[in-house]
Amino acid sequence: MSQVLSVIDLCKSYGATVAVDGVSFEVRSNEIVGLLGPNGAGKTTTISMILGVLQPTSGSIRIAGVDLAAQRSAALEYTNFAAVYAPLPGNLTVQQNLRIFGLLYGVKHLSQRIEELLQQFNLEGFRHAKCGVLSSGEQTRVCLAKAMLNRPQLLLLDEPTASLDPAKAVDIRRLIVDFAARSTGGVLWTSHNMYEVQEVCHRVLFLSRGRILLEGDPKSLPREHGMASLEELFIAVAREPLALERM
Amino acid sequence: MALHRIAAVVLRQFYLLRGSPARILPLFAWVAIDMVLWGFISKYLNSVASAGFNFVPMLLGAVLLWDFMVRVMQGVTLAFFEDVWTRNFLNIFATPLSIPEYVSGLVISSIATSSVGLVVMILLATLVFGLSFFIYGAMLVPFLSVLFLLGIALGILGSAIVLRLGPAAEWFIWPIPALLSPFAGVFYPLSTLPHWMRFIARLLPASYVFEGMRAVIARRELSASPLLFGAGLAVLYLLLVSWVFGRVFRHAVRTGLIARYTAETAG
Repeated sequence: MSQVLSVIDLCKSYGATVAVDGVSFEVRSNEIVGLLGPNGAGKTTTISMILGVLQPTSGSIRIAGVDLAAQRSAALEYTNFAAVYAPLPGNLTVQQNLRIFGLLYGVKHLSQRIEELLQQFNLEGFRHAKCGVLSSGEQTRVCLAKAMLNRPQLLLLDEPTASLDPAKAVDIRRLIVDFAARSTGGVLWTSHNMYEVQEVCHRVLFLSRGRILLEGDPKSLPREHGMASLEELFIAVAREPLALERM
Repeated sequence: MALHRIAAVVLRQFYLLRGSPARILPLFAWVAIDMVLWGFISKYLNSVASAGFNFVPMLLGAVLLWDFMVRVMQGVTLAFFEDVWTRNFLNIFATPLSIPEYVSGLVISSIATSSVGLVVMILLATLVFGLSFFIYGAMLVPFLSVLFLLGIALGILGSAIVLRLGPAAEWFIWPIPALLSPFAGVFYPLSTLPHWMRFIARLLPASYVFEGMRAVIARRELSASPLLFGAGLAVLYLLLVSWVFGRVFRHAVRTGLIARYTAETAG
């Protein structure tokens, strides 16, 4: 499996405050990697740096082999993202938003691709609806459709199912798992839903205080650390990271 | 630069305009009101002033040129504000879109929107108030060009200020044309101004346009060098503010302001 993301010794400081402290990891094609950790652990900071909207203090990021710092546009052509805190402009329709972002990502045969995604994400009935009038679940689906537009090598998902009902969340998870399995892309996924993470992620990274504390298979990792479940392990990371660091 | 990405920025503006009378109306409504107001003022002054002097090209022509520059500036800033109002920075700046492409898209959007205002102003000024553009002759082209460059430069500067200081700084941007107009000598010769104001006026490309316009109307000999100097200043300012916008963007990426723009400060 080839690497779609390589993060080496990534650091981000704001003055004396260290938000991300020497993080290194990779995501390979066909792989879904969960980036987990309590609020303020550095997950969104890490994702922002990979998206090129936040400059690292040090370290390097390569997306599909392209260095982000040296070739920003070329590297970002291989990626896309969906995040609960980044809804698409509410004053444009679903189709207009997809067309604009399709052009920004240089998608070939854009009209055809938009039709595929409208169908795939069950958005055909909303194509002429302004995104601002959609329910939060529908907006999430539009964001995910946007994230899939360019068939990214690296798909970044920051709590993609946070505002979906369980039935819709299952469908979306299936689509993302399918994307990772059938395309050459990989997925970096953050979520606070440990059930979901255990179901979809091949590997997880536990982040605490800006550092990777644990890494491994979400199914076996809890047992390896004497915990009954991934949720229990998450709580332990959030409450007593130092104890786990010594393990 | 990738044309498809510039097209995306322009297309977004087209979609917004197409679906919104609240955006279409201001493209021509305010400039039309200005034309009507200053058209009647000019006609009235013609009726009370000594015969033989025509205020229409002097006042109405000046308002038309000034309003054109303001529309060009607002064309850039309004297109930029659409991203501010919809909190869209994270989405667009996480794409391969580069800053030169983004700014080019804003400028092309402004050319389209300011052209609408210009056409409406020309129609009203000529058809209703009898303004003849023949009086300016071929000089109209350099006059409009210098004001266009200055309008673009001011628009990019305004966008950089809002990007740096946050959404509330929008209110610094709207009064910029009103702040500059006394120095630009839109309605009076620069010799009317006190020395310190004349010094500032000489730094404004627009002042060379309006001095030139008055010289043309008065059929005085127009030296090309002041207007060329004004054009050079406009180009210089355009390059300078483009550099400033790039710096502000890099600052926003370094501090994380792009990712949390509504917080207005990265500190």
